[in-house]
Amino acid sequence: MSIEKKEFKPKIVAFCCNWCSYAGADLAGSSRLSYPADVKIIRVPCSCRVNPMFILRAFEKGADGVIMCGCHPGDCHYSTGNYYARRRMTLLFSMLDYIGVENGRTRVEWVSAAEGVKFSDTMNSFVEKIYSLGENVRLGDLRCRS
Amino acid sequence: MQELINRAKELLENGTVARVLGWKAGDLPYNPEPAYFESAESLKDFVYNGFCGANLSKYMIEASKLEGKTLVCLKPCDTYSFNQLIKEHRVDREKAYIIGVGCKGKLDIEKIRNQGVKGIESIQGAEITDAADELKIQTIYGEKTVAYADAMLERCHVCKGKEHKIFDEEIGESKETKDGERFDEVSRIEKMSPAEKFAFFQKELSKCIRCNACRNVCPACSCRKCVFDSNKFDSSQKANVDSFEEKMFHIIRAFHVAGRCTDCGECSRVCPQGIPLHLFNRKFIKDIDELYGEYQAGDDTDSKAPLTNYTFEDAEPSIVGKRG
Repeated sequence: MSIEKKEFKPKIVAFCCNWCSYAGADLAGSSRLSYPADVKIIRVPCSCRVNPMFILRAFEKGADGVIMCGCHPGDCHYSTGNYYARRRMTLLFSMLDYIGVENGRTRVEWVSAAEGVKFSDTMNSFVEKIYSLGENVRLGDLRCRS
Repeated sequence: MQELINRAKELLENGTVARVLGWKAGDLPYNPEPAYFESAESLKDFVYNGFCGANLSKYMIEASKLEGKTLVCLKPCDTYSFNQLIKEHRVDREKAYIIGVGCKGKLDIEKIRNQGVKGIESIQGAEITDAADELKIQTIYGEKTVAYADAMLERCHVCKGKEHKIFDEEIGESKETKDGERFDEVSRIEKMSPAEKFAFFQKELSKCIRCNACRNVCPACSCRKCVFDSNKFDSSQKANVDSFEEKMFHIIRAFHVAGRCTDCGECSRVCPQGIPLHLFNRKFIKDIDELYGEYQAGDDTDSKAPLTNYTFEDAEPSIVGKRG
């Protein structure tokens, strides 16, 4: 029996804020816009709720890409949440890039509740990017030299 | 050093301070350890030399809860940490009498050992008052000399400056030791390919034995309850809650101190495995400097930290890829 080489199916995690991006994803769905099923959406109250540990954990568990969506700067339901999230994510993504997780695997996109089209376009382009990058390093192996 | 001891005695005797926080001689010539001195007689064990690398500002968190003032000896780089702790309301300025001690670079015994010096009996030239550029080391194999600069800790080669940021009085002279650029090593890693970066950090971090020394010594890591403490077993603080924290320990820790780390370099100094942990902290400092303007934690006691602040014009996270 030959060992079949499995086709690469990326695992992609999308953190979407409850007020804008999750509603945007909803709109994309009700508008019958398609986006790849590789994307798993996790709803969070605000982009600022995304603890950097969530993203590290996603990568540790084998995610190939993580995208975070929130309200446009200035439109945050809680006024300033996404401004803090923006700084945090910039630094975290830079650190991930520094330890060997290519920058293409992390992305922040601001999607409002009215931007169903933008949501599906973003997801399509992000998934395409992950397919081109291929499998991610196993961040869980960071402390075990093979 | 004698001047420092005399002054400490004076302050103890006239009741200005109730105790002195400094260093006492260890069992070997190169391992002085932080210590409290509560009487003028006990000060006979007091030492201050090139091996006194320990940053005493973190000890002031506990000393702030004690009765009376504590005299604390701070090196120039330690005063940044002390400022940062004041900003975070962890130490009481009124409970501290700060003597800013001079510094001419601190020594790393591992660097001396790596130069083939073994069986050390005594070391001359590590005294702060000594102007010598060489260390004369008496070993069981005869006398050896090592250039002072070759035996210095990495952090002293990229010294932030010999100015005390906070002090009540200054004793002793300092000598400039900076002869390298702080972010050179970070830039070198940034230029590697993703696979090389991962391999580099995997090699370094695989050495980690999770002794928690970096966390325990870090002045920025002063939370009363740490995320890495197990809430299941109160006595065994090293037990992890799950394997995620075990694997991501260094990254999480670096993020927790991002924007608050003064780059005192204690984490790398105490690491028994010689992991260059400061590379994580410096990466954050470098990014903060480039993206949000130069910021030195501990420079003052009232500025807002970069991660608890924002501007409307902040760079989008996509800038990380564009910087190349």
